[in-house]
Amino acid sequence: MSDAPKSGRYSVFAIAKQALRQHSGWNRAWASPAPRDRYQVVIVGAGGHGLATAYYLGKNFGITDVAIIEKGWLGGGNTGRNTTIIRSNYLQDPSAAIYDKALKLYEGLSQDLNYNVMFSPRGLIMLAQTEHEVRGYKRTVYANNLQGVSTEWLDPQRVKDLVPIINLDGPRYPVLGGLYQARGGTARHDAVAWGYARACSDMGMHIIQNCEVTGVETDGGQVRAVNTSKGRIGCDKLAMVVAGHSSQLAEMAGFRLPIESVALQALVSEPVKPCMDVVLMANTVHGYLSQSDKGEMVIGGGTDGFNNFTQRGSWQHIEETVRALIETFPMLSRLKMLRQWGGIVDMTGDRSPILSTTPVGGIFVNCGWGTGGFKAIPGSGWAMAELVSKGTPGPLAADFGLNRFREGRFIDESVAAGVAH
Amino acid sequence: MLTLTCPYCGITAEETELHPGGEAHLTRVGPTGTDEEFEAYMFARKNPKGVNFERWRHAYGCGKWFLAARCTATLQVFGTYKSQNAHPPADIVAAIRKSRPDWNPDWTAE
Repeated sequence: MSDAPKSGRYSVFAIAKQALRQHSGWNRAWASPAPRDRYQVVIVGAGGHGLATAYYLGKNFGITDVAIIEKGWLGGGNTGRNTTIIRSNYLQDPSAAIYDKALKLYEGLSQDLNYNVMFSPRGLIMLAQTEHEVRGYKRTVYANNLQGVSTEWLDPQRVKDLVPIINLDGPRYPVLGGLYQARGGTARHDAVAWGYARACSDMGMHIIQNCEVTGVETDGGQVRAVNTSKGRIGCDKLAMVVAGHSSQLAEMAGFRLPIESVALQALVSEPVKPCMDVVLMANTVHGYLSQSDKGEMVIGGGTDGFNNFTQRGSWQHIEETVRALIETFPMLSRLKMLRQWGGIVDMTGDRSPILSTTPVGGIFVNCGWGTGGFKAIPGSGWAMAELVSKGTPGPLAADFGLNRFREGRFIDESVAAGVAH
Repeated sequence: MLTLTCPYCGITAEETELHPGGEAHLTRVGPTGTDEEFEAYMFARKNPKGVNFERWRHAYGCGKWFLAARCTATLQVFGTYKSQNAHPPADIVAAIRKSRPDWNPDWTAE
């Protein structure tokens, strides 16, 4: 295991103690060791899902001989590029189960990790702006109540009460109501990655950044090692948790995934005073909106329709998103936009994730979270850890296997959730 | 913004005038196909980081489906060609190899 000093427990006493020492005694939150030549489990991808997988492997199954290798920097992919929305109001039972597991874990995550992930259950509204959405969301409310996920239907006046800046009477898309999940909200995306990384490092796991996988070594249909820019790393089990580049990694191992990679983008405005204390999603017009703690309006839009690995957005999607939102939020028209960025999301045929064994023994994939992976991080890691340690999926992951595409058992959230997943 | 030239009507159209249609040159599986073949036809995708062949429809123009060769890593467009081609034609292959000398076709021409 790692010889690096542990990060030490964070507390008010630790802050007081360090204040007296001019903050000279903090240890690094996680170590940056050189890779060993062999681990029991190698996880490719140190984003939220990969780190959460490692964390629950250690916590729930006692497996700490783990390396998490990352091409870029920790949490620098989609974990650091999303709009941080957390919710679990899904139509299909398997989705509701895994996303609600994630939400429940988020609720206690800061205490569990001893790291403030700034989870803010401020409530979330999915606006209904067409008759079709009204019917769809009412159906989702009924489904959620059967699943034990509490959501409710709001009439337009209650939407206005919760979101005073909204314009209910837009000429194109009037607000007809909303699906409300009071437990939904946001969290600090970087902190989720950092908190898991610190906990993994403290358990003796190795986080190896700037280490690109160049090949996967198999023998007799069984994984043996990964070849990387930092040399060959042997492993008994390999977990691929790399979102947009899942197809490339799978190709190295000799199989193909039902994944297409497209760009999804977001932008933030200049900071303004507090004006909206819920998360709002408007799926008809492909826009979602929340206000960050710094006061910026965080705006997410739709995906590109074509395959794209460039991690930048496209101009017309910014225009489309902003144009749509200013009808419903007229005050946005006065805001300057500060930053815009893109991430590469992995879209599956049914817009639901894949947590699965693969044609190669010892290789497991966790991908296909598409446009909505951040909210799932703890639940995804929980289910993936069970899959990797036991070799077969537990109840949370069982329905998300690759075989569902062959057998026609889709988890059809593309109908239920549309674009803003 | 991505611009492509429709090989049917000859108009150079912006992305907003076009509709993307996914991977090109998929071979449809017949009624005798196995579950594996149907799965591969309907869902398994090459999703390359690099040279990609894809379908587009000139939706707000002549309405025709056509095919394009494009790099997904740089967004460079190598050219467009008609959907009647079973494989990318020679001029498209030449255009790709001009800027990607290491690239090789993954099909064998009849």
